[in-house]
Amino acid sequence: MKRRMFVKQLALSAAVAAIGLGSTALYAQAKTIKVGVLHSLSGTMAISETVLKDVTLMAIEEINAKGGVLGMKLEPVVVDPASNWPLFAEKARQLLTQDKVAVTFGCWTSVSRKSVLPVFEELNGLLFYPVQYEGEELSKNVFYTGAAPNQQAIPAVEYLMSKEGGAAKRWVLLGTDYVYPRTTNKILRAFLKSKGVADKDIDEKYTPFGHSDYQTIVADVKKFAAGGKTAVVSTINGDSNVPFYKELGNQGLKATDVPVVAFSVGEEELRGVDTKPLVGHLAAWNYFMSQKNPTNDAWKKQWAAYAKKMKLAGADKPLTNDPMEAAWIGIHMWKQAVEKAKTTDVDKVIAAMAGQTFKAPSGITSKMDEKNHHLHKAVYIGEVQANGQFNVVWQTKGPVKAEPWSPFIAGNDKKKGEPDGKTIITK
Amino acid sequence: MRILLTISLWLFASGAFALDAATVNKLGFGDGDEKIAAIAALVAEGDPAAAALLQAATDGELQTAGKLVLIVKGEEAVNAATGAKVTPLPEEREDVILNNRVRRELGGAMAALKLISPDRATRLAAAKELTGNADQAMLPLIKKALASETDAGVKQLLELTQATLELKTGTKESRIAAVRTLGLSTNPNTKMLLLGILEKSKEGGYAEPDEDIRIEAQKSLKALEGRLAWGERAGVLFTSVSLGSILLLAALGLAITYGLMGVINMAHGELIMVGAYTTYVVQNLFKRTDFFDWYLLAAVPASFIAAAAVGMALERLVIRWLYGRPLETLLATWGISLMLIQTVRTIFGAQNVQVENPAFMSGGMELLTGVVMPWSRIVIICFAGAVLVGMWLLLTKTRLGLFVRAVTQNRPMASCVGVPTARVDTWAFGLGSGIAGLAGCALSQIGNVGPDLGQSYIVDSFMVVVLGGVGQLAGTVYAALGLGFANKLLEAWQGAVLAKIAVLVFIIFFIQKRPQGMFALRGRALDA
Amino acid sequence: MTGGISRRLYGPRGWAILALFCVAVFGVMPVLNLAVPADSPFHVSAYWVTLLGKIMCYAIVAVAMDLVWGYAGILSLGHGLFFALGGYSFGMYLMRQIGSDGQYRQPMPDFMVFLDWKEFPWQWWNSDSFWWCAMLVIVVPGLLAYVFGYFAFRSRVKGVYLSIITQALTFAAMLLFFRNATGFGGNNGFTDFRRILDIPIATPQTRMALFAITGATLIGTLLLARWLTTSRFGRVLAAIRDAEQRVMFCGYDTVHYKLFVWTLSAVICGVAGALYVPQVGIINPGEMSPANSIEIAIWVAVGGRGTLIGPLIGAGLVNGAKSYFTQAFPEYWLFALGLIFILVTLFLPQGVMGFLGKKK
Repeated sequence: MKRRMFVKQLALSAAVAAIGLGSTALYAQAKTIKVGVLHSLSGTMAISETVLKDVTLMAIEEINAKGGVLGMKLEPVVVDPASNWPLFAEKARQLLTQDKVAVTFGCWTSVSRKSVLPVFEELNGLLFYPVQYEGEELSKNVFYTGAAPNQQAIPAVEYLMSKEGGAAKRWVLLGTDYVYPRTTNKILRAFLKSKGVADKDIDEKYTPFGHSDYQTIVADVKKFAAGGKTAVVSTINGDSNVPFYKELGNQGLKATDVPVVAFSVGEEELRGVDTKPLVGHLAAWNYFMSQKNPTNDAWKKQWAAYAKKMKLAGADKPLTNDPMEAAWIGIHMWKQAVEKAKTTDVDKVIAAMAGQTFKAPSGITSKMDEKNHHLHKAVYIGEVQANGQFNVVWQTKGPVKAEPWSPFIAGNDKKKGEPDGKTIITK
Repeated sequence: MRILLTISLWLFASGAFALDAATVNKLGFGDGDEKIAAIAALVAEGDPAAAALLQAATDGELQTAGKLVLIVKGEEAVNAATGAKVTPLPEEREDVILNNRVRRELGGAMAALKLISPDRATRLAAAKELTGNADQAMLPLIKKALASETDAGVKQLLELTQATLELKTGTKESRIAAVRTLGLSTNPNTKMLLLGILEKSKEGGYAEPDEDIRIEAQKSLKALEGRLAWGERAGVLFTSVSLGSILLLAALGLAITYGLMGVINMAHGELIMVGAYTTYVVQNLFKRTDFFDWYLLAAVPASFIAAAAVGMALERLVIRWLYGRPLETLLATWGISLMLIQTVRTIFGAQNVQVENPAFMSGGMELLTGVVMPWSRIVIICFAGAVLVGMWLLLTKTRLGLFVRAVTQNRPMASCVGVPTARVDTWAFGLGSGIAGLAGCALSQIGNVGPDLGQSYIVDSFMVVVLGGVGQLAGTVYAALGLGFANKLLEAWQGAVLAKIAVLVFIIFFIQKRPQGMFALRGRALDA
Repeated sequence: MTGGISRRLYGPRGWAILALFCVAVFGVMPVLNLAVPADSPFHVSAYWVTLLGKIMCYAIVAVAMDLVWGYAGILSLGHGLFFALGGYSFGMYLMRQIGSDGQYRQPMPDFMVFLDWKEFPWQWWNSDSFWWCAMLVIVVPGLLAYVFGYFAFRSRVKGVYLSIITQALTFAAMLLFFRNATGFGGNNGFTDFRRILDIPIATPQTRMALFAITGATLIGTLLLARWLTTSRFGRVLAAIRDAEQRVMFCGYDTVHYKLFVWTLSAVICGVAGALYVPQVGIINPGEMSPANSIEIAIWVAVGGRGTLIGPLIGAGLVNGAKSYFTQAFPEYWLFALGLIFILVTLFLPQGVMGFLGKKK
């Protein structure tokens, strides 16, 4: 039975390899700053997250071309957590302890963020999270560059209630059955109630992940809409949007009758849809590709050139969207904060992040709140055009401060708008 | 609705004037309120040019360049106010943005204008548009249109609209007549109107003081509700058949590769995906030609061939070596599926790609108001039927089919009588894969096309095949339709999430009762 | 073990390997992790401890899977469910241990505060008791497996039919757990654990303790499985796998044999899940996805069915490869993984162990 001998050798060599690998980080101390990129490149979330990896790499390339940060080049460490939530935590730990990255840009779904959060808190890492989310969280180690519910959902509903938006009286809250839609709809329900909408005029509906048959749902929406001017608020996630919109178009539910406003549908998601029957349906974001301003024009050009150079899939029709903009802002703000702090030390960078500003492609000067780790963002409502782009039909007067703890959820009035471990300075 | 009053004025007006530049500018540069005012003014101007301008605005052909408002058709532009040609086409142009509110007003205005069109279809469409957007101000206009209307269909719609409008005003007789007319409606919106009459106010009295009207409303409501209920039933029936046909398409290929050949093909979903991406590629080839609407005719055989080719290659390279080890095919095909997904992701990117419906497959057939059967789904149901018939013919009427059945039933014996079993395996696997490709082609019309497309159908496909009974085509058909119905009926009752769970639990229990599926192959062996 | 079934537990060499493994898990790793300073090249970081701990949990599952598949011929595509149920059972306790340290600073778990629940739902009864939850870890997967297995084996559901309905079972459970209303945190599941038995969880010592317990469980599972399969019971199982009809005609009640090993396997999976959750720090319904359960079968097949050491190696190899590839070739790792599966099936039908066995 030589086999056992072999097993033993295998075990031994594995142990040796483990020790060896564990120690390489020590000797790899070069003159670069390592930056982690933690986005799923395979599995169900790859469809959304791949472009965020690309835009982050583009930003790193740009920063390096301009001389890097503190005289050092940035070195991206790209890992693939494969849309697997425990793997997210494992990879986060690897980035922080093995690769010793100064900062990590990553995550898309709430569950992935929740999965890595304890790791970042334990090891005092720094995470930039670029996607709109449900709020109800604040961590000293995370900067949220996406929108909180009051920077996306509530303005959208206010718009639909206004005369210009169609003065909707009845509401269908439609979502995929998980935390972000549930939370958003809970906040929206409380908000609608505060505006005098009765419970019978709100219909909440959920579908399972990956649902692809929206016949019944669309028929139900039609039936509900017979009872008065109705708007649909969609928090349908990812892949399910295409079948949903195709069904909407084919069943002839027009935006002039029942407008659908979506919070997870951007230019990238509409890439796979024929938008002609969808003209007039809405999305609420903090950035649209169609926005006209010099910063955005330059950014789009840069992205198109980068996509072409790297031969990215979809380079023939380069698209930008809101999370990409948020990721872009995040990495640049981090760079500015490092330069201000003159170190990549996490605590000092966190302190330097407060009040950072950056000229965002959306046309405003985005500011990191002094306290709550969220960006001040202007909110735009866009209508779908036949070419797959959005036209901004409404926008907030100026940037809106994020409310990670929604006042429409009971008990949140007592929360302070700042993560623990820092002193509160009242205005 | 000021516009509608002005429209009725315009109907009697005559003579043509040049368009007022200020009004046109308002339409081009103004905000929502100004645009709506401009639309009203334009209708009032009573110029065919105004109608043309509104039509251009509806079609999204209105653009601005500097201070000019242009109607741009292709590469040609005319000044919207003067009608003069603008050459050359200005470089810096911007679309005139209409939001939903303006678009709705525009729709109403256009519909009202079109009510006097000589073309019946135009009038019908306009009348339909108005049933949802009726307004008191329209009444005289509709009455006038009704007086000259000869077509029964248009007339009925207009009468309905009229009844809706007269419900609140007019004499008792006219109101009772209106309520009676509403009883003939098929529009769910009407129900709310009738319910409004019957509603009890807070003080205990009725919203409608006249009892006769209330009695009539009750009758009409009953008739209407009956009709709506039938419409709803028809809707559920259709959605169930549609879901069933999709499940059937997805599972048919598997019924061959798994059911007949015993290969647990975890890459089945990816073969569906190959079909869908082939459709995408074919569509792109057709995009530059004039025959775009017919790309599906090429895409159907192409997706069959592409998926069949991939399938046959897999059979030759991998699965061939695993016959007799069915559970291990699971492992190898799982590996294949991972590689296929990543290949597609590398070539086409991780994002979804866009597959457009041909024009004839967009929109739907309206059974009743509100119950729409999308053409794409009707086509898919027919397509699934055709594939099924084709497969049945192939298996029962051709030599290959005979061989496949022979190999399925008794491989050594078939081999003994000279059936080239190895080649039959390859062809049968190719056939199953090709049908998966066809499913992909069909699915691309209603769902998304992305690398993960196959993953979402693989579990469902296996459920269908196993529920129907392995090796049984009839079972597959019954199982697919049965699951379609079960899913849709439960969804209407308990929501989509619980419906899906209930169906899965049902499958578990069913298999306990009939461990070989609905249609078990009868045999003497205790072991199947 | 090609030459008939061995009667004794292990030969001297087997015991030696086992002892070596014990030394590595209980001696070398703790010393390298805790005693050696962090800047020494011999230091083993927390990353490796959690990674190896995680892989050991998977290895336990693989051994459990091998018991039913390799020895009794029942291919389950739903073992991820039992694993997840064990994880959730223990996760409840961990959630209660967070106390008021959650985002909301309230005694209820965050997701319940958020859902406005004032009381714990019935599933959470007594969940602040460690022993109650530890019991649930064993009872919940065991009971589900027993009931499911009782009906399935009694009606002689077998082969692919059984595989598919186990898949349906785990898929249905996944959808159920995704719902917020089910009371287990929906898609976000359980995370942000702070303490276990009132000891902080994110310290090197706790982590090492969990690692050692996992190692001990793995060794225990191996010994138990080895003992079972070398006993008379194991021989009846193998006979059922090879010719169930004949065993029945010999007068054995095969249902009971299958049911026992099936339930035992589910319980082991549950325990592995319970050990897994505090180490990786999250449990969510994704663990119940059919793909995860298929992967468990793949570990066993890669390692070699019907050997006990095989699944262990398979779990280690596949997960090690996954961890390595996702970092080394993030864009192309699926090609490598897929290729491994195909090559192993084609050229190593008995898995890695079969390959090693042939090389003597």
